[in-house]
Amino acid sequence: MHNFELVKPTTIADAVAALSGEDAQALGGGQTLIPTMKQRLAAPTTLVSTTGISEMQGVCVDDAGRVCIGGATTHATVAAEAAAHYPGLAALAGGIGDPAVRNRGTIGGSLANNDPSACYPSAALGSGATIVTNSREIAADDFFQGMFETALEEGEIITEVKFPVPQASNYQKFLQPASRFALVGVFVARYADGVRVAVTGASESGVFRWSEAEAALSDSFAASAIGGLSVPADGMIGDLHGTPEYRAHLIGVMTGRAVAAAG
Amino acid sequence: MTTVSMTVNGKSVSGDVEGRTLLSAFLREGQGLTGTHVGCDTSQCGSCVVHVNGAAVKSCTLFALEADGAEVTTIEGMANADGSLGTIQQAFQDYHGLQCGFCTPGMVMSAAALLKDNPKPTEAEVRHYLEGNICRCTGYHNIVKAIMAASGQDVVAVAAE
Ligand SMILES: Cc1cc2nc3c(=O)[nH]c(=O)nc-3n(C[C@H](O)[C@H](O)[C@H](O)COP(=O)(O)OP(=O)(O)OC[C@H]3O[C@@H](n4cnc5c(N)ncnc54)[C@H](O)[C@@H]3O)c2cc1C
Ligand code: FES
Ligand code: FES
Repeated sequence: MHNFELVKPTTIADAVAALSGEDAQALGGGQTLIPTMKQRLAAPTTLVSTTGISEMQGVCVDDAGRVCIGGATTHATVAAEAAAHYPGLAALAGGIGDPAVRNRGTIGGSLANNDPSACYPSAALGSGATIVTNSREIAADDFFQGMFETALEEGEIITEVKFPVPQASNYQKFLQPASRFALVGVFVARYADGVRVAVTGASESGVFRWSEAEAALSDSFAASAIGGLSVPADGMIGDLHGTPEYRAHLIGVMTGRAVAAAG
Repeated sequence: MTTVSMTVNGKSVSGDVEGRTLLSAFLREGQGLTGTHVGCDTSQCGSCVVHVNGAAVKSCTLFALEADGAEVTTIEGMANADGSLGTIQQAFQDYHGLQCGFCTPGMVMSAAALLKDNPKPTEAEVRHYLEGNICRCTGYHNIVKAIMAASGQDVVAVAAE
């Protein structure tokens, strides 16, 4: 790994200032970035750690009843502290990777990375969450822009994520056992004004909403409601773990399971 | 070079490190604490697990400078004060929870973190918690038995036996 300078700001303002330098990059839990730097696929000259910024830590509920999670909050903290407010989200966080990964990895790092097989993007998109950065608020529907692509500008950091809490929700992850990421994962959330279904792990364009299933489930929230639907294999990921057809099939299966589990 | 200071197994230590120095390297090469193993160096195997401020983390995926000021516990800190094996270590010996021993430091540190939060886990909970710890030798059954025994619970014959 190439060497760099590590800076540890304690405020968002200081972090943003440090990130304005050339080749500076944010460091969350490092669970993706450090392995990437070891492979020399990233070689920042300055790393700006978010973990010491207290205004980016923790879980709370705002006046609108949304669950608000600081951008540097670890998966383990979300699993523990969001459980009382948004159990479907807490369960998703508690199933990411393994305990040591969850003790370091952060929600901001995961959403910024937008790995096509990551879990959190499906919760953010499936909840219609708002991604708050140091400079603006971005709707989840506008945030994810394809594999590893997001609406974030250079030097912009995720400071908070606001999740409207659904009446019922569930995440079903078909585990890729070697990586512990999702081979296919489906997040289903039922709101008073309709159902949202977000799919991760499957598409070459990253996380997406399955609108036909959303319409069918908004009419009738039962696994049988999507029985006749299928997703075309076109544009699905094909690799040694599964063909595009297999992933397309799994989307239906995992959606059905998520609906049944959400109740 | 920057100076980093932390408490390792109750002792204050410090040393000069680069930004890129991993905690695993600081412990092994800087402090001579070679009980923490580096199996994969890619955050997959868990042999490098140590506790930082009480939380189990992979020391190959954390910069030493991120642990500045932290309380760190490694496998060398798991023995009793008189040098005899700690409860979890003794259970690994009693139940043959290791063969080559390479994964064992990480297994013991993960087990200690689990039992701190969940003193009487079920067998399924033990297996789930060890998802990030890979063992190429034992087939895991005896590791699970050792952790059940260390938690003071009955060790029953496990599945596939
Ligand atoms: C063994 C293993 C298993 C895993 N399994 C899963 C899994 O099942 N599901 C899953 O979803 N993930 C999984 N992960 C990934 C894990 O969740 C990572 O923690 C996460 O993807 C990245 O978060 P991080 O905080 O570690 O970010 P880092 O690695 O520090 O950073 C990742 C990227 O995000 C940027 N960044 C960091 N913080 C911010 C911020 N606040 N604002 C803007 N940009 C930022 C960085 O510059 C970098 O580009 C796994 C990782 C490992 C090692
Ligand atoms: S050496 Fe750290 S996880 Fe394998
Ligand atoms: S005992 Fe050899 S790897 Fe576990």
